Amino acid sequence: MSGSRLASGGCVDRSRPLRFTFDGRAYTGHAGDTLASALLANGVSVVGRSFKLHRPRGLLAAGVEEPNALMQVGEGDWSTANLRATEVELYEGLVARAVNCWPSAAFDIGAVLRPFERFLTAGFYYKTFMWPDWHLFEGHIRRAAGLGRPSTEPDPSRYETHYAHCDVLVVGGGPAGLAAAVNAAAEGQRVIVCEQEPRFGGRLLWDSCTVEGKALAGSAASHWVDEQLAALDAAGATALPRTTAAGYWDHNALTLVERVTDHLGPNAPKHLPRQRLWQVRAGRVVVATGALERPLVFPGNDRPGVMLATAVRRYLGEFGTRAGDRLVVFTNNDDAYATAQAFAATGGEVVAIVDSRAAPAAAVAARAAGFTVHTDAVVYGTNGRPALRSVKVRVGPEGGAKTRTLNLSADVLAMSGGHSPTVHLFSQSGGKLEWDASHAQFRPGAAVQAVHAVGDAAGVDTPMTPLWTVRGSGKAFIDFMHDVTANDIELSAQENFRSVEHLKRYTTLGMAPDQGKTSNVNALAHMGEVTGRTPDAVGTTRYRFPYTPVAMGALGGRQRNELFRPVRRLALHDWHTANGGALEEYGGWMRAAYYLQPSEDPHAAEQREALAVRQGVGIFDGSPLGKIEVSGPDAAWFLDRFYCNTVSTLKVGKLRYGLMLNELGVVIDDGVVARLAEDRFLVGTTTSGATRIAGLMEEWLQCEWVNARVLVAPITTSIAVITLTGPKARAVVEAVGVDFPCDAASFPHMSFRDGHFGGVPARVCRVSFTGEVSYEINVANSAVAGLWQRCMEAGAAHGIAPIGIEAWMLLRTEKGYLHIGADTDGTTSPQDIGWSQVLKRDVDFIGRRSLTRTANLAPDRYQLVGLEPIDGAELRPGRHLRGATVSSGSEGYITSGVYSATLGRWVGMAMVRGGHARSGEVLEVVTGGKPFKARIAPLCAYDPQGDRLRD
Amino acid sequence: MLRIPCPWCGPRDEPEFQCGGQSHMVRPEPWHEVAEATWGDYLFTRQNPKGVHLERWGHVNGCRQWFNVARNTVTHEIVAVYGMTDPVPASVAGAKP
Repeated sequence: MSGSRLASGGCVDRSRPLRFTFDGRAYTGHAGDTLASALLANGVSVVGRSFKLHRPRGLLAAGVEEPNALMQVGEGDWSTANLRATEVELYEGLVARAVNCWPSAAFDIGAVLRPFERFLTAGFYYKTFMWPDWHLFEGHIRRAAGLGRPSTEPDPSRYETHYAHCDVLVVGGGPAGLAAAVNAAAEGQRVIVCEQEPRFGGRLLWDSCTVEGKALAGSAASHWVDEQLAALDAAGATALPRTTAAGYWDHNALTLVERVTDHLGPNAPKHLPRQRLWQVRAGRVVVATGALERPLVFPGNDRPGVMLATAVRRYLGEFGTRAGDRLVVFTNNDDAYATAQAFAATGGEVVAIVDSRAAPAAAVAARAAGFTVHTDAVVYGTNGRPALRSVKVRVGPEGGAKTRTLNLSADVLAMSGGHSPTVHLFSQSGGKLEWDASHAQFRPGAAVQAVHAVGDAAGVDTPMTPLWTVRGSGKAFIDFMHDVTANDIELSAQENFRSVEHLKRYTTLGMAPDQGKTSNVNALAHMGEVTGRTPDAVGTTRYRFPYTPVAMGALGGRQRNELFRPVRRLALHDWHTANGGALEEYGGWMRAAYYLQPSEDPHAAEQREALAVRQGVGIFDGSPLGKIEVSGPDAAWFLDRFYCNTVSTLKVGKLRYGLMLNELGVVIDDGVVARLAEDRFLVGTTTSGATRIAGLMEEWLQCEWVNARVLVAPITTSIAVITLTGPKARAVVEAVGVDFPCDAASFPHMSFRDGHFGGVPARVCRVSFTGEVSYEINVANSAVAGLWQRCMEAGAAHGIAPIGIEAWMLLRTEKGYLHIGADTDGTTSPQDIGWSQVLKRDVDFIGRRSLTRTANLAPDRYQLVGLEPIDGAELRPGRHLRGATVSSGSEGYITSGVYSATLGRWVGMAMVRGGHARSGEVLEVVTGGKPFKARIAPLCAYDPQGDRLRD
Repeated sequence: MLRIPCPWCGPRDEPEFQCGGQSHMVRPEPWHEVAEATWGDYLFTRQNPKGVHLERWGHVNGCRQWFNVARNTVTHEIVAVYGMTDPVPASVAGAKP
């Protein structure tokens, strides 16, 4: 094989040379080239190695279906794996390497496997590496088989997402697509037409076509394309080149990937994104995606120099590149004859046309034009290393009396096994495919969405007679990318993996990055041959997103790093950051985990903050806690059902802690509810439950208790909360100033007052998550910064310290207060956390019936208990607990565990099987190293009588 | 991606909605008379028709209203949209809730 650039012809600009490297060697191509056409023009015959067997491979195709030329393009952070060379447009300085080979495609160390390749049949790895365990080998095998490598550096490119609506979306900018788009635009429809190639025109760029009754070729064809594009432009239609329709979803939603600057390489203008993902909703979709040519399956069909007939023609016509000097055509249809004509027209030698059909009409005309045509003939082998030198041809039936064989010298073999309409998108839309036996192809059948196919995508009517496999010695490839041969299909049938789904998984057929574009129909037909079925009886798998591989970056768009999702900042954000707050995301909010002082580590900060609360006063930003106002004549009735405990008996001005369940009886949230008036409540939720609980309330009110007169208003973000907690909290509250008495008798625990704090309207709630006297001061966001500062000044005399989440969690663990989602999971019932009293309620609250299901009453459920360390045990969350005397499995696990400086020991909470009945029992804490021991104890380790918080 | 006609806001894309599953579920009561198997069915047993399915959707990232949708599970065509308390429209009568 010795491809070369012709003196004229094609869309390449011979006056603009572009330098590039392939496998470390320097080459020159031209503007308008793809990497594939430039390699071909430079006479490079081996462009890659096959996936499993490391066989040398050349270009098979010229388009997206190319299975052999997989490239790693670019270097460093601008490096992309597994691009097909046929899709990579050449730019100055392009650096490409063939994947799956080392050091190069031409000389590949991995090819040492080749003497063993007859053993490497379908299922080889699974059968061979079963003992003792597949996973022992999997890593090594995958490394040996891997294709390209992703860059390990962050992607420096920018990607965009664009939403669009149109009346008609035309997929494919060839003759059929352009005609459909222009017609729709002329009717006043809003039209988008996308073309995956850089140039519109499709087949008109390299072939002669009949369009609307007129035969077009050469300059007439390009003139027609220009006219259509001008008409679309004039009508305001959107024409997108370099844009692939990758996915077709429900209700005519399609995903298009526009490669905006890929063709300019890493030095593309920075103001443009690299790719743009289009999410299009179309009234109607026209699939004008053309057809893909199928290879013929014969021994030696993967030798570099064996190409698809249309590919040979396209390289000639579009890229002015001839794949070699001496051509043999092997075909079962009329279309490949055009390749012989085009090849001869550029001065190439057409050695012979080998047609498998007995007496095709096309042969008569070709002979009249001076071509040598062998009919009833097949290619049964090829020679040449690494690239094609000769072709073995058999004329007449195998073993026939008059059958003769020929050895034809050739460096290009153009093969054509017929055409498969590109039905991928139509199938993705849910449409059925129909088998057309006379043209051996799947055509679009009945549609379920507003879509239809036009042009070759609707069916290719070229006269043909199927020829599925040619016998002979040597491997005959069906799936080039995954090295699946005709023999593998036979082995699969023999081992009874006959259904298309089994065949696919057993042989990995069609599962390579090309998703079987050139192999699917040949594989189904061959499976049909060996099992006595037609290809449609073997069946097809449904095509899926994406049509061609899509970069993860394009799917992510701008949603990376800080834009991954909206960051929610507190009104006091600036104060927290200015005062050493280490901000982390909790329930969607950026909150301080702790406030570091100079030369302090996080653990020291947490301990210092916790001690400040126990000994003096701490100040905590509790603003993100969920707040939902529930009002209406039936509000109390509703909350009696929404909580598993009673709310309606709560007096105005009082607070009550409550649990919420789902219908399965599982604890989903907790919090404190305040009764503001007879018909008005303020429901507190956890930070992460704020949105979810308000949504659930709406769902229950709208879908179940539709007659309840209740209004739900989520008001979390309209109120800021300053929490002062500790024995000196009251002193700080009084120093800043409130307009109501603050002593324990007139303002007791679990009540609230509406009034003023520091002269600002405020609601002050006495509720405690730390076990110390606490005041949660609700004020407007606009007032919180000033009040916070005044608290800091008033608290200075008492050693006031800002408290982060870590210390906050430490304090509540000392008290045995549970944290939803840490101490509970998706199976935890109220009984499991010690709330058996809810069983006494007769009200049909959410989840009520589930609480007495047999499974919920089982004695060995995981139940929440406290843990006391023995001999300095470290009670770290997640550690499992084992019976001290029984060598059984896990008895439970630690859900919360902290070192308490106040108590001078670790404090833990744990879920233990049947834990409530096991008080005092000693369990082993599994650490991976030396185990500790711990005793089951009451949940509350600090001030169990609660005297301090009621003070 | 479905395009769902919210009765209040008009057609909107699926990400604005939350699917609440099968609609017209009857909550068994009073709770202390509900057999365990009946309650289990209410919690876990659902229709899975090939054809029209009656389900509820909430426009949770929009107007926050819940409504009923009759959707063909084969073609994903939405054949009817109606209020939470409305009867099943005649056009989809016979469809499984």
